Amino acid sequence: MTALPRTAAHNDRARTVRAAWLIGLGLLLLILPRLIYPVLALDILAWGLFAVAFDLLFGFSGLLSFGHAAFWGSSAYVTAFLLSNGQSVPVAMLGGTLSALLLAVPIAYLSVRSAGIYFSMITLAFAQMVYFVALQWTDVTGGENGLQGFERPSLFGLDFSDSVTRYYFCLAVFALGFYIAYRTVRSPFGQAQQAVRDNEVRAQSIGYNPVRFKFTAFLISAGLAGLAGSMYTFGHGVVSLDVTKWTTSGEVVMMTLLGGTTTLFGPAVGAGLVLLLRDRLTTSDLPVGIVTGLVFVVVVLFFRAGVVGTVQGWLRRR
Amino acid sequence: MNTQLLLIQVFNGLVNGAFYALLSLGLAVIFGMLRIVNFMHGALYMLGAFTAFALGQAFGLGFWPALILAPLIVGALGMLLERTLLSRLYGLEPSYNLLLTFGLTLLTQDLVKQVMLSQFAVSSAPYTTPDVLTGVVNLGFVVFPKYRLFVIALTLVICLVTWFVVEKTRVGAIIRASTENPGVTRAFGIDVSKWVTGVFGVGVGLAGLAGVLAAPIYSVEPYMGAELIITTFAVVVIGGLGSILGSIVTGFAVGVLAAVGAAVYPPIANTLVFILMAVVLLVRPSGLFGLPEGTR
Repeated sequence: MTALPRTAAHNDRARTVRAAWLIGLGLLLLILPRLIYPVLALDILAWGLFAVAFDLLFGFSGLLSFGHAAFWGSSAYVTAFLLSNGQSVPVAMLGGTLSALLLAVPIAYLSVRSAGIYFSMITLAFAQMVYFVALQWTDVTGGENGLQGFERPSLFGLDFSDSVTRYYFCLAVFALGFYIAYRTVRSPFGQAQQAVRDNEVRAQSIGYNPVRFKFTAFLISAGLAGLAGSMYTFGHGVVSLDVTKWTTSGEVVMMTLLGGTTTLFGPAVGAGLVLLLRDRLTTSDLPVGIVTGLVFVVVVLFFRAGVVGTVQGWLRRR
Repeated sequence: MNTQLLLIQVFNGLVNGAFYALLSLGLAVIFGMLRIVNFMHGALYMLGAFTAFALGQAFGLGFWPALILAPLIVGALGMLLERTLLSRLYGLEPSYNLLLTFGLTLLTQDLVKQVMLSQFAVSSAPYTTPDVLTGVVNLGFVVFPKYRLFVIALTLVICLVTWFVVEKTRVGAIIRASTENPGVTRAFGIDVSKWVTGVFGVGVGLAGLAGVLAAPIYSVEPYMGAELIITTFAVVVIGGLGSILGSIVTGFAVGVLAAVGAAVYPPIANTLVFILMAVVLLVRPSGLFGLPEGTR
């Protein structure tokens, strides 16, 4: 991030651009289940929120977590477990989110003291621990088979067996999650968080405790990732072991990069693009892994600002 | 648990540990010099095994020529990748190297899967042990497969040679100088970027070698490196990133501890290494053999 002098005109401009993104994406999300099939649309919401949550840590704290599947996945399992034990949808989602938050406390405590690549490897290893627990604790998680066939009881007259109803319910949850992320980034906390990212020593010298900021950012990010994970379970009605795999942690990184880090809208857009691409690929003869890998490599090498970052840069230059 | 069973577990642990040690050694050499965390290391290990398999299928080459050729091929491929792709990211956040190599991992795994299916009509294949090394050795107190003993011995030799070269020879001095201060090293007339490419090739070649060694024990399949690389990362964190001695000692130690732990309490088999990592992080965040951050 280059430090541009903040003039009133600049702020006005930035606000207009943000409002335009917000309205555009909001409208798109409102009509999305009419454009593509509702379950895919719901996937975009869940992965979109997951990517936004991940970016709170990566883009705004500079911490590349390679283990965010731990929070997404544990919440997905807890949500499924609560639903299959007859709990209502909001209780199950809240339970999933809280479990991700709780899990994040020890992981954040142990990992935020390390920086850079070390942080990435530590988070990756902890996520792998969660994966093996999910694999071996078959009584609760169903092991290789995962969990399926759980109820999604109706709520306030909303019939959740209908995928469109599920979509709009999740859109409300997504909006809530996105609002939390937005408030976090724009709050004094978010500003300090970015100060720590840009120059840790300087931030420390003016009285901020970098470790405490990273720890808090980690918890918020993990909690939102948990909320997204519970949404994913709710949307599909099944949980498979994939939700805790390291490839899941990598996928959310890719979505964020493709959309554009430090933009908040970017990660959500990236999630949408990746899912639409994959949806296309599964019906074609092209192998998914090769294409996804190629996209990943191209983005990292030539396209680091991502889609939203590129468009914003282009708008700013005009 | 009786002593004999325990000893067998220790030997099995040493075999697994040999692979951890070889892989984390390669990572240590690469990280020490280039500050790259090569996520692709697991995929290159798999490429080593796959190359050995493919050489056998296509040209009828046996284990011994493959043991020499496959690491060379993998090493050459690594050098090509370093020159064409990784070198573009030097000077950026080291995270980007991790991300690039992650993408390359996805690509490589699926590419090999496609090739195996289309060329050899299999998605996973066994690889036979060379005749000389089939059978078992009676060590007096325990009977153990010959081939596995060979893996332990060869790995030990290679680890010691690598350690010796890096720490005690002129070549090692150049490598370390290039790491500490590329500018000054260049001023002495040493082509740092050539050395960087070479070191990357050697580190990656070690992964290829581990792959060939693994082929007769585990079957050859596109995702064989995927789980292993995560465990190796945990080993690296425990030992201290970039420490050659740390990666060798920790590699073997973690292998043995995990195997013995699994014999005592089976469900813990896969997670023990990560629990170990958490404990080490609490006590020594820079790893057992690592220097505290900022001193490097």
